[in-house]
Amino acid sequence: MMKKSRRSFLKVAGVAAVGLGASPAMNFASSDISHPVKSKNEHGLSAHRWGMVIDTNKITDEVVEACVEACHKAHNVPDFNHEVDEEKYPKTRPVNHKQEIKWLWEEEFHNAFPDKEDEFLAEKYHDLPFLVTCNHCKNAPCVKACPTQATFKREDGIVLMDYHRCIGCRFCMAACPFGARSFNFRDPRPFIEKNDPAFPTRTKGVVEKCNLCAERLAKGEQPHCVEASEGAIVVGDLEDPESEVRALLNEHYSIRRKQSMGTEPSVYYVM
Amino acid sequence: MNKNYIITGLVIFALAVLSPFWFNIITTTQAAPEPELLGKAKAEKKCVLDKYDMRANHMSLLDDWRDSVVRDADRMYKSSNGHSFNMSLSTGENSCLGCHEDKAKFCDACHTYASVTPYCWDCHTNPKEIE
Ligand code: HEC
Ligand code: HEC
Ligand code: HEC
Repeated sequence: MMKKSRRSFLKVAGVAAVGLGASPAMNFASSDISHPVKSKNEHGLSAHRWGMVIDTNKITDEVVEACVEACHKAHNVPDFNHEVDEEKYPKTRPVNHKQEIKWLWEEEFHNAFPDKEDEFLAEKYHDLPFLVTCNHCKNAPCVKACPTQATFKREDGIVLMDYHRCIGCRFCMAACPFGARSFNFRDPRPFIEKNDPAFPTRTKGVVEKCNLCAERLAKGEQPHCVEASEGAIVVGDLEDPESEVRALLNEHYSIRRKQSMGTEPSVYYVM
Repeated sequence: MNKNYIITGLVIFALAVLSPFWFNIITTTQAAPEPELLGKAKAEKKCVLDKYDMRANHMSLLDDWRDSVVRDADRMYKSSNGHSFNMSLSTGENSCLGCHEDKAKFCDACHTYASVTPYCWDCHTNPKEIE
């Protein structure tokens, strides 16, 4: 039976060709069940555009202090006034007190709002403490300045830093009109009173700033400053007309910092 | 005659060329360390990927994880083996270090042997190292 007709040869070859053609499809069908899936946390908070409303009438010195402390503690922001533990960090260079790292801090009215300092401004504004931080601008100039896309705008409006990609060029600091960014001129670790392992520190050579507690929103929790503020700070979705922040903005007169720069800040101050 | 010289020369040449092998036969070589599964990882049966995949690819997995967490805000990872992980290097129960509780005897045992020094720990903190 060695002799094969052309006909039977073609039949076998045809079946084989169909089999070969089908194999990628078979592979696909069998493997897509087991692909890893990435997703958001079920009870995470989300928004179209996160924003913050600060009620200046409720901001007192105590509230300012509580907010700044809660933020800086949780994010391992160094304090250069902290006494260095000589045993753990021997030979730490003396501190240059002009250096400062801050995510959230207090500012006077005429520094926070230089373009709104009217000649006969209501006197109380000269004394009130103002809390300032990254404005998570809609048209963030820092995002455009960053050559490595380490600073980027997340879909939900948060201007975030990917510290893994930051090369420390500081273009973003030059671009930011609010001074919201700080540079690590030295290793911050000796100046962190108690390192909270829940959030990584930074290293020498990277820029840092407020992240609107992205790590907390992801777990369904409010930012640290909101929790510490006794109701003075509200964070929510600026693009949702039903949200608490929009209700506040509807009811009260509010201002934003350096609006003339055109960066469209997402932090509002209720006056 | 010349034949003897040539053969002696060849023998010496062969010995010299193969010297690394002789050296290895005489001296004892250090065996690669066995990374120890301690703490939670000991009780747990499964890693994120299977063992050999982890061994070869944990660096790319971590790279992938940090991009999804930081850039896409996705923090949950459902692995192909059916387990779910909260994507994190060092924070939380089922992060790498949450399960491989002893970094020194696990990650570092391998890395020291292979002369790798990941710079991750300049920022990320091993929760066990604070106190
Ligand atoms: C829930 C617990 C758990 C988590 C979380 C986990 N692992 Fe594992 N890992 C294991 C177990 C159990 C094994 C042993 C698997 C086996 O023997 O099949 C293992 C094995 C490994 C191995 C191979 C060890 C060897 O002997 O070659 C590496 C490398 C590894 N893990 C790294 C990681 C990294 C990196 C992460 C974070 C991305 C991680 N693991 C997260 C439990 C875990
Ligand atoms: C089985 C041995 C082994 C174990 C266990 C192991 N690693 Fe690794 N790891 C390696 C090797 C080898 C490399 C270098 C790979 C290369 O350069 O291609 C590496 C590289 C890395 C890198 C990339 C470093 C760089 O500079 O690019 C990271 C991050 C990393 N490991 C994290 C971990 C963590 C976290 C653990 C513990 C949870 C761990 N590894 C456990 C063997 C291991
Ligand atoms: C300059 C500081 C810095 C360095 C260096 C660094 N990270 Fe990160 N990493 C961060 C910060 C900050 C976050 C954000 C944490 C968050 O949002 O919860 C993060 C988040 C992550 C995450 C996701 C969330 C988590 O809790 O782990 C992974 C995974 C990660 N980094 C892996 C790595 C690896 C692997 C390396 C080393 C190759 C590394 N990182 C080096 C600062 C750093």
